[in-house]
Amino acid sequence: MSDMKKLARLLRELEEQLMACMRCGLCQSVCPLFAETGRESDVARGKLALLDGLLQGMFKDPGGVNERLMRCLLCGSCAANCPSGVKVLDIFIKARAILGGYMGLHPLKQALFRGLLAHPVLFDRLLEWGAAIQGIFIKPADDLLGTSCGRTRYPFSDRHIKALAPVAFHTMAAGLDTRPGASNIKVGFFVGCLVDKVFPEIGKAVLRSLDHHGVGVFIPRELGCCGIPALASGDAGTFNALMRHNLAKLASKPFDYLVTACATCTSTIKKIWPMMATFGLSPGEHAQILSLADRTMDIARFLTEIAGATGRKELGGIDGRAILTYHDPCHLKKSLGVAAQPRTLIRTNPRYQFREMAEADRCCGCGGSFNLQHYELSASIGKRKRDNIVQSQCSVVATGCPACMLQISDMLSRAGDRIEVKHVIEIYAESLAESGRQSE
Amino acid sequence: MIGQGLVKEFERILGKENVFRDEADRLTYSYDAAVLEPVLPSIVLRPLSSEALSYILRLCNENALPLTARGAGTNLSGGAIPKENGVVVLTNAMNKILEINEEDMYAVVQPGVVTARLAAAVEAKGLFYPPDPGSQAVSTLGGNVAENAGGLRGLKYGVTRDYVMGLSFFDASGGTVKTGSRTVKCVTGYNLSGLLVGSEGTLGVFDEIILRLIPIPASRKAMMAVFDDVSGASETVAAIIANRIVPATLEFMDNFTIRAVEDYSHAGLPTDAAALLLIEVDGYPAQVEEEAAKVELLCRQMGAMYVRVARDAAERDKVWEARRAALSALAKLRPTVVLEDATVPRSKIPAMIRALENISRDFNLTIGTFGHAGDGNLHPTILTDRRNKEEWERVEAAIEAIFDRALELGGTLSGEHGIGTAKSRFLEKETSRATIVYSRRIKAALDPKNILNPGKIIGA
Repeated sequence: MSDMKKLARLLRELEEQLMACMRCGLCQSVCPLFAETGRESDVARGKLALLDGLLQGMFKDPGGVNERLMRCLLCGSCAANCPSGVKVLDIFIKARAILGGYMGLHPLKQALFRGLLAHPVLFDRLLEWGAAIQGIFIKPADDLLGTSCGRTRYPFSDRHIKALAPVAFHTMAAGLDTRPGASNIKVGFFVGCLVDKVFPEIGKAVLRSLDHHGVGVFIPRELGCCGIPALASGDAGTFNALMRHNLAKLASKPFDYLVTACATCTSTIKKIWPMMATFGLSPGEHAQILSLADRTMDIARFLTEIAGATGRKELGGIDGRAILTYHDPCHLKKSLGVAAQPRTLIRTNPRYQFREMAEADRCCGCGGSFNLQHYELSASIGKRKRDNIVQSQCSVVATGCPACMLQISDMLSRAGDRIEVKHVIEIYAESLAESGRQSE
Repeated sequence: MIGQGLVKEFERILGKENVFRDEADRLTYSYDAAVLEPVLPSIVLRPLSSEALSYILRLCNENALPLTARGAGTNLSGGAIPKENGVVVLTNAMNKILEINEEDMYAVVQPGVVTARLAAAVEAKGLFYPPDPGSQAVSTLGGNVAENAGGLRGLKYGVTRDYVMGLSFFDASGGTVKTGSRTVKCVTGYNLSGLLVGSEGTLGVFDEIILRLIPIPASRKAMMAVFDDVSGASETVAAIIANRIVPATLEFMDNFTIRAVEDYSHAGLPTDAAALLLIEVDGYPAQVEEEAAKVELLCRQMGAMYVRVARDAAERDKVWEARRAALSALAKLRPTVVLEDATVPRSKIPAMIRALENISRDFNLTIGTFGHAGDGNLHPTILTDRRNKEEWERVEAAIEAIFDRALELGGTLSGEHGIGTAKSRFLEKETSRATIVYSRRIKAALDPKNILNPGKIIGA
């Protein structure tokens, strides 16, 4: 069998899903990348046509298709607005895995994913060293945002990055296992790489909030990455290894729900783990993944819908309080339909007046590794988000995804805007600290 | 194939980043929204300026290269599918709204401006650009003019043709042709706009379009009338018009479509209803109140089971959400969706709906019918799977039967989707041999090398 035939056979399983696209082109109206470039191969319809072309044997350039397939934020705006309900993200992720397996990974990515990310303990250790020595390469850029920039242009480009935290969250909290209090609920906490290594304060705010509501917490030792960076780059092997590793760690103690403070981790565990678990995992593991996915929740949704956190009625008019706005992470609103819950949590904090920005649910342009490979495009999409944030006249922008926080911090820091970027759970935990522990 | 020298010249004029030659890029410009086979162009060009566009035309003409202008590629009859080895010229980088004149109520736009963007920009100034094709969120005005696009508001406000005041376009050799003006009245020269509107890119490529604007209606009221038989609904349409009321929109939905929408959106539609009419009147508040009351009464007199009038903006949105969901809901049921738009004089709507029911039965096909009942433009939507050869042959036969019935009823092959390549072989049925010969002579005279979107409308 020729290679192209083999590839077509692998792609065959996408055929039914690809057929659903009727080429209406409405995805052009919502794609943040297409808005920048106007190129059909950047929008979902074009990519779906390319995959269909490969499948039908219309042309023979899997490399060209793969290259274009990787030019995508995986924000899911197209899927959320598709009249025919094409499962665009499922298709793109599976196609990346198929083409990645067929073409082979870039050696650098291979080293990064298979050599490092797939080994959580080694990964943690290496980044601890990184945190200790990063000052050699970067210097502070903005004190309010806590951003840094490179001492040399290479390899940071013009980015303003968030440095690694001096002490990662897992060194303080891994192994934590507390009993449920008044709520009689116990959760597992999936920390995620960015919360662990860059934003440990988010992890602390999660613990404080759970404690306030009398919720018991279990944080397994040696939890790894959710796997999405590897899978998005086409490395299904590393993804499956991480999924298995995490599953084993999480299965070691019982809990009612699995919560995360990362939109991307939540949507990966909830939607992509079950989708990928059909490949190469045992039926037992598959069933465990489905049960886990079912019980996985973003922290804002958990607190408002399960733990009973309620918002206050907003005071009307301008009243001199600091203005706070909210950015909808794509992986919360478009993937999981979580949009009202974080806003409810924000409104619990009496220090702020909440004000919606324009296009609150428009992608910030981060897109994980998209930012690394296409920084110019990513930044130009991010600029629009930055402009909308600034126009809201806020002094704090909150969101529910640490990856969005990195991107928004970079945009605001580079523009010299004095606006803080915080996670929704930090705003909530702050209000708890002020009102003291409620008696409920 | 295109020679290296010519490619270099395109790259020099447009910049390398606006000349696409990779097979993967070319493949993404080989289709539009019609259910037709894709055709690969040999090169795709994206001019940023009028001068570049004109020069491209000149070069293509000198080299006898067939050229297809493309906006958002949402055409439903193959108008944006290129000729084999031809050139695709993208208009989406020429996307400036050049002027919105409030005093004289017109707008001047480049061809790549997205319809909904212009509509929003003029609405912000209290003005109104009514044509609202289903693809308006992405479709370009250049494409709308080239296809004479319609929409939901055709009954009261007309179609794109009724808003084109003037054009500046390039002929086959890149020469600038101007017609019409910024004035309401203009009889200077031939009415070339009349020729170019709906010419599907076969007679010229637009550079600037002058569009008429009108004041935005002060008030709107929407309602939904539910019928237990189809003829009750279709006769109500005729009765509303007979009573000298012209609603802004008057939309029809059959039982199959109602059930599909309800399964999909759970909007609370009556799934036992045989048909729905969705009606909106607009104008001055007092007039709107009066007309809405009259329409409601007429619906009841004509046997509507009940009429639900939207009391506020949220309820109005709900009415239109159901209509907007129609195509989506149907599209989700089968892999291939064939959206037809044969149109009849609106008094013939009851007969056309009966004919569609018969065709669906005779050819054993699933057809959901919805559309612009008020202007006779229904959208029978055939749900199928083009991979099933036997069924696809029945689909093609059914389409031909739909055309035949529409023509017998004094109607037309296409109300708003265009002829393109999908319907060109049926054109003689509606017109005459002499019509096609006459049209081909015009084409041959204006485009002697036949480079402008060849094969569309008149074949050959």
